[in-house]
Amino acid sequence: MICKNLFIGIAISNKLYIFFFSLLLPSRRVERAMDTLIAQLQRRFCDFTISLYHQGFLDDQFTELKKLQDECSPDFVAEVVTLFFEDCEKLISNMARALDQTGNVDFKLVGSSVHQLKGSSSSVGAKRVKGLCVTLKECCDSQNYEGCVRCLQQVDIEYKTLKAKLQDLFNLEQQIVQAGGRIPQVDI
Amino acid sequence: MALRDLSSSSSSPELHVLAVDDSFVDRKVIERLLKISACKVTTVESGTRALQYLGLDGDNGSSGLKDLKVNLIVTDYSMPGLTGYELLKKIKESSALREIPVVIMSSENIQPRIEQCMIEGAEEFLLKPVKLADVKRLKELIMRGGEAEEGKTKKLSPKRILQNDIDSSPSSSSSTSSSSSSHDVSSLDDDTPSSKRIKLESRG
Repeated sequence: MICKNLFIGIAISNKLYIFFFSLLLPSRRVERAMDTLIAQLQRRFCDFTISLYHQGFLDDQFTELKKLQDECSPDFVAEVVTLFFEDCEKLISNMARALDQTGNVDFKLVGSSVHQLKGSSSSVGAKRVKGLCVTLKECCDSQNYEGCVRCLQQVDIEYKTLKAKLQDLFNLEQQIVQAGGRIPQVDI
Repeated sequence: MALRDLSSSSSSPELHVLAVDDSFVDRKVIERLLKISACKVTTVESGTRALQYLGLDGDNGSSGLKDLKVNLIVTDYSMPGLTGYELLKKIKESSALREIPVVIMSSENIQPRIEQCMIEGAEEFLLKPVKLADVKRLKELIMRGGEAEEGKTKKLSPKRILQNDIDSSPSSSSSTSSSSSSHDVSSLDDDTPSSKRIKLESRG
């Protein structure tokens, strides 16, 4: 509960820090400042979400996941993507180990791991990761060792990039909620 | 058996769905999709575990069946060990379980695979990633199937007549995507599973 006469602002990540220390200000001014902050955060949230879709990081399956989030399951999307990123780590590590066995690479193992990763990336709407999995699967099917190694590196970079971006997105959501605002519906 | 149990319970019966998938991510998603569609959900990670749950694990296990009351089974196709297709076959071979509708999910749109599953008695074939609209449609299909059994409706629905027209053309099954397979099945919703199989085989 925020006392109307004493308002402490919220730190926003990514080099932008807004601190409000309004001691003993009239409550109306504080409320207006809060509304501005919320509006700014909501604006950033919308713009950032739209950019993630436009840049191909996410596709409409991510939108489907958001539909499944409600008051009963308020962290559903975050929970699912967390599982996904754990999957990425495990499967990429398996594939790297298989590819390390130079001269004796188990392409079947790589193939089945990338199939699993493709499946879970598709289920969460991780569009770029999924696309790279398709390419990796092709390299694997043709037993193209160099191609597999290169592609796997790209998959690794891509999932980590997505992970960082989604973390920023979730942070923004949290800030909006903490400032007393609503997370806006974004139409893609 | 399972469908009759549905209509004999309260006015808004809850489907109890058994979801089978080896992917942790997919299990979480399908569970949420079903729960948000007002279903009770049990998830298992393999076909073998599914058979154990259903009491079909070879220990003459039909004793616990009456308490389970699974109304629908939704299973991934590609799983290590027992595939979704093999699970489907085992369920349809069991006198205790064959009436439970089974839905197959797959990330791959492979026509022969879809046909193979439908011929074996699958209720529906869903392409992954599964969406909320798919689950809602599925639930309506299953609930309608239960009501139809109770009412013992024999008359043809308009959809069924259309399906018969399509049947007369030789290319009826070749143009199917998963959505048209579901159309096929939904038009047969007042049949028993065994007659579905016969109907599909006559087209093949």
